[in-house]
Amino acid sequence: MSRIHVTTTVNGDAVEFLADPRDSLLDCLRDQLNLTGSKEGCGTGDCGACSVTVDGTLVCSCLVLGVEAEGKRIETVEGMAKGNDLHPLQRKFIEHAALQCGFCTPGILVAAKALLAENPDPSESEIRFWLAGNLCRCTGYDKIIHAVQDAAAEMRGA
Amino acid sequence: MRYHAPSSVAEAVRLAAGATGITRFLSGGTDVLVQLRAGMVTPDDLIDLKKIPGLREITRTPDGGWRIGAAVSGAEMGRHAALCSDWPGVVEGMRLVGSTQVQGRATLAGNLCNGSPAADSVPGMVAAGARVVVTGPAGTREVAVEEIPAGPGKTRLKPGEMIEAVLLPPRGAQGGDAYLRFIPRTEMDIAVVGVGVSLTLEGGKVAAARVAIGAVAPTVLLVPEAAKAIIGTTLDDAAIAALADAVRAAATPISDKRGTAEFRKDVVGVLAGRAARIAHDRAKGAAK
Amino acid sequence: MAKDETQGFRLIGTRPDRPDGLDKVTGRARYGADISAPGMLHAAVVRSPHAHARIVKIDASKALALPGVKAVITRADLPTGLTGEDWNLQENTLAGEKALYDGHAVAAVAATTKLIAQDAAKLVEVTYEVLPHVTDVDAAMAAGAPVIRAGTADHSVPEGMHPNVVKYIDFGHGDVEAGFAAADLVRAQSYKTEATHQGYIEPHACMAQMGSDDRGEMWVCTQGHWYIRRMSAAVLGVDASKLRVTPSEIGGGFGGKTTIFMEPLALALSKKAGGRPVKLVMSRSEVLRATGPTASASMDVKLGMKKDGTLTAAKVMFRMQGGPYIGSSPVGEALSCALACYDVPNVMHEGYEVLANRPKAAAYRAPGSPMAAFAVESLLDEMCRELGLDPLKVRLKNAAREGTKSSYGPTYNRIGLVESLEATMAHKNLLAPLGPNQGRGVASGFWFNHGGETSVSLAIGEDGTVTVSVGTPDIGGSRASIALMTGECLGIPYEKVRVNVVETGALGVNEPTHGSRATFASGLAAVEAARQAMAEMCRRAAAEWDIDPEAVEWRDGAAHPAGPNAGKFPPMSIAEIGAKMGGSGGPISGHHEVTAGGFGASFGVHVVDVEVDPETGRTTVLRYLVVQDAGRAIHPAYVEGQYQGGAAQGIGWALNEEYVYGADGRLQNTVFLDYRIPVASDLPMIDTVIVEVPNPGHPYGVRGVGETGITPPLPALANAIHAATGARLRSLPMSPPKVLAAIKAKAGG
Repeated sequence: MSRIHVTTTVNGDAVEFLADPRDSLLDCLRDQLNLTGSKEGCGTGDCGACSVTVDGTLVCSCLVLGVEAEGKRIETVEGMAKGNDLHPLQRKFIEHAALQCGFCTPGILVAAKALLAENPDPSESEIRFWLAGNLCRCTGYDKIIHAVQDAAAEMRGA
Repeated sequence: MRYHAPSSVAEAVRLAAGATGITRFLSGGTDVLVQLRAGMVTPDDLIDLKKIPGLREITRTPDGGWRIGAAVSGAEMGRHAALCSDWPGVVEGMRLVGSTQVQGRATLAGNLCNGSPAADSVPGMVAAGARVVVTGPAGTREVAVEEIPAGPGKTRLKPGEMIEAVLLPPRGAQGGDAYLRFIPRTEMDIAVVGVGVSLTLEGGKVAAARVAIGAVAPTVLLVPEAAKAIIGTTLDDAAIAALADAVRAAATPISDKRGTAEFRKDVVGVLAGRAARIAHDRAKGAAK
Repeated sequence: MAKDETQGFRLIGTRPDRPDGLDKVTGRARYGADISAPGMLHAAVVRSPHAHARIVKIDASKALALPGVKAVITRADLPTGLTGEDWNLQENTLAGEKALYDGHAVAAVAATTKLIAQDAAKLVEVTYEVLPHVTDVDAAMAAGAPVIRAGTADHSVPEGMHPNVVKYIDFGHGDVEAGFAAADLVRAQSYKTEATHQGYIEPHACMAQMGSDDRGEMWVCTQGHWYIRRMSAAVLGVDASKLRVTPSEIGGGFGGKTTIFMEPLALALSKKAGGRPVKLVMSRSEVLRATGPTASASMDVKLGMKKDGTLTAAKVMFRMQGGPYIGSSPVGEALSCALACYDVPNVMHEGYEVLANRPKAAAYRAPGSPMAAFAVESLLDEMCRELGLDPLKVRLKNAAREGTKSSYGPTYNRIGLVESLEATMAHKNLLAPLGPNQGRGVASGFWFNHGGETSVSLAIGEDGTVTVSVGTPDIGGSRASIALMTGECLGIPYEKVRVNVVETGALGVNEPTHGSRATFASGLAAVEAARQAMAEMCRRAAAEWDIDPEAVEWRDGAAHPAGPNAGKFPPMSIAEIGAKMGGSGGPISGHHEVTAGGFGASFGVHVVDVEVDPETGRTTVLRYLVVQDAGRAIHPAYVEGQYQGGAAQGIGWALNEEYVYGADGRLQNTVFLDYRIPVASDLPMIDTVIVEVPNPGHPYGVRGVGETGITPPLPALANAIHAATGARLRSLPMSPPKVLAAIKAKAGG
């Protein structure tokens, strides 16, 4: 077994780790870097609980190899708040009771942030289709959609 | 498993040709990594194509068509306005593959090489008359997309060969294409039926057409009889009915967890008509 | 009665931020797989690829030879001689003589890394003798079906039935034949529902450590850690008190995390590996193949109705399989729920439990009730149409109410079905116009709710703030609701109460967060504990004021002299009492433990509008309304969340979710790609109306709201699809191929 040395940036911090070529980026984040905010719900890219951005692109970190992170810029849920200042999405999720068990929440927050970066004023339908790869079994999505809409409005200054 | 990140196509092909065990190319990874993690396929050599210059580019070809590099993601295609304007059906087929997250990674070439008869991007490419640039130990060749799949999970690529790019022909005047699929949910499913249609109009009639169907045979099928059913017509109800009959006749589906054979045969006709109408509207729109 | 906000509550009915919200939006909250320990090993499980097979030999020598592998266990490592449900649990944890379903665990491995453990699991060589299998409930009862385990049936089963039929239940009252004779319309139909999975997004995960002295600790995602402790101890043959189980945050359960699946494996591996901690995390396909799911059902229903809609008699016969062990199917609950919404003078229920080569069923949200509702509420809808009657008015005419003798026996206390039906009939969604290929369906649903074993402690801090220790894991906001009730009771702000979910060593036995009981039972016990602390605080004030404790009353977070004769003292706040308690008699706490009775049934009514594509059979949900009696909504946002989540799960069950078995008896859809739970773009906003008919058995009227909501969607969707297409679907899921075939059959016939 030969492990590969990987140097990358996670939430603005330079980090390095040793990855088995078979390790996913999610494995590396969770097991090597102790960033357990990203969750594994399926391991097949169907649930979105492991959503992160790599160089600004939203991906499932279970479908990225750890070794592919070399030289990239990774953002996870742990990087969303600036110190104690929550991102508007994080605040609105609490305010709207948009989480029950909370397990899908980190992935949905990361995905919703990527949506609002691309489309600051999404329609309900655009939010629903963008988040179709983030499964939530608790809420029926209703309050999640409301929270994203409300956060988007606040971020637009509406 | 050994991981390689070559910096040129030549190096990638050399690595692949020299490998003795199971070899996989990694572009988007959305199939390769699923198979790896499920324990279905653990490659001995994994060759990452994303660091090869040019493979992540979409460029206009001298004849007015397009060259889409093997590592271009669905999201990148969706953001390319001129490509979307020329070949909306090809792009929408690719954009239906997986979630937003998967779109950040998944590629046309990967979707084709996975060899699934249900691959969403393939009927649109076949209908468009797309070709692929294949490079291997014996050099580089161009092959029609429909020549690549050999059966579920199998392609006609030879050992050591890789797809470098997908080539789309010039759209030309009064042309339109469309891809529709049937899935039980609104997103996140594999196609139960897929249909791609590309056509051009002349004097209000269909002058040329290509129709491809997916998930209803061991490979995506080009159905010349379906094209014949609409060529020379104004795409009236009779032509749509003949088109539906033609694709149903060509379909040889199976019953599985995703749908019954009867259902697939029925719905492939329905979707062919709907996709043809969209392609027709787009061609008319392009004519304005 | 719509939600009444005017009860004079200070906190109850408000919507504050949940206490665990910050941790859960920042990624800090720690779930089952989020913890590690020094020296920790990783485990992997070897599972049967066969639905039914004799285990001839297990050879682990190659696995053990792999560098990094520290332990392999098989059934031979577990004690023998267990009986009853303990034996079932042990057998399900690790197969013994036979593997009984695809995915049944046969061995487990612990190694220094996850990848080595997975590689080693592949090296464990198991020799199987494949046996004939059966997965369908009706096929499993038929003559000639493979016998799964002879001698399992209990004494209730009539002579001559197939050995796979292991239990028979019947009950009822009145004279059903006379009731049918008195009816103007009698109809009978048969229905089937496929098994579905709870589908929580967090796979089962635990980290366990156990030494050679059998003392062990476990961190685990579960709905109930005392259950995990008792069951793990039983399977391993150790004393329950030797195990200390700490619940992690839990990523959904819906009933599926009220039992063990692999937790004893982690303990046994740890012991065999010299006491090193072992982490065991399931993959999604392991979750789908080997945990949950709910039962599949085959059901006959017969109803008698007068021309005015009055129900005269009802008879149901349900057959359910819940896997290869007796007692796992919810057939008894299904029968009890079937007719619970109605006041029918003559009812008869019969049911069979049947073994099949499928995973051992676990509870799933209102176990049994959704299937029963699908059958009964579908037939009721058909009969209303045949007689030209409004289905909501017929439900109101026959609605169970206070004093009704329920179909399952007891006489109802105060219940809110009538109020829920009336609120539904007044809702604007009933006026929304419908277009071509669109239809509206309604249905009612029921769940008993539950009280159960509950132990809660409450302590006053030195600064007068309050800590509540509960044993019910917080899955959907119960920390918030318990803090609201405690704060309400003590007259202090919500923020001054911290609710902790504590480990098995910290309280008496608690049942899991199941049966919609956390806010009801832990809430009730927290209020009782607060009242004890309040009484003690009044005594401390009385002692300081040197007056009779009877002359002190508690209000607004402080002790007050009660009335003019008690003397003139300024109020003594909880903060002052807390600051002085060391000198005034010592720590102040409250504690309450009870097997909580007094739980109140919750009824709901759903209305759904759909559009069906007549050429593809695909159903789109256009509009959805949930009306349900909460008793009292402590934190209305989380009550709405339960209603919406239940409806979404029911919609999934109705339209697309199912266990698909191949001819080889293997589960075909073991990933979320093909086990199709609703995604965000599948659903509309889900409208809710909270009805409040307080439960007299709870200090604040709470009924419990978690489960009823999954019950009506199954029939409501079937009724709406019928309204849209004229086709009646009597088999779930109503997936596009089935709906299209039904539309074509109707057109053809």
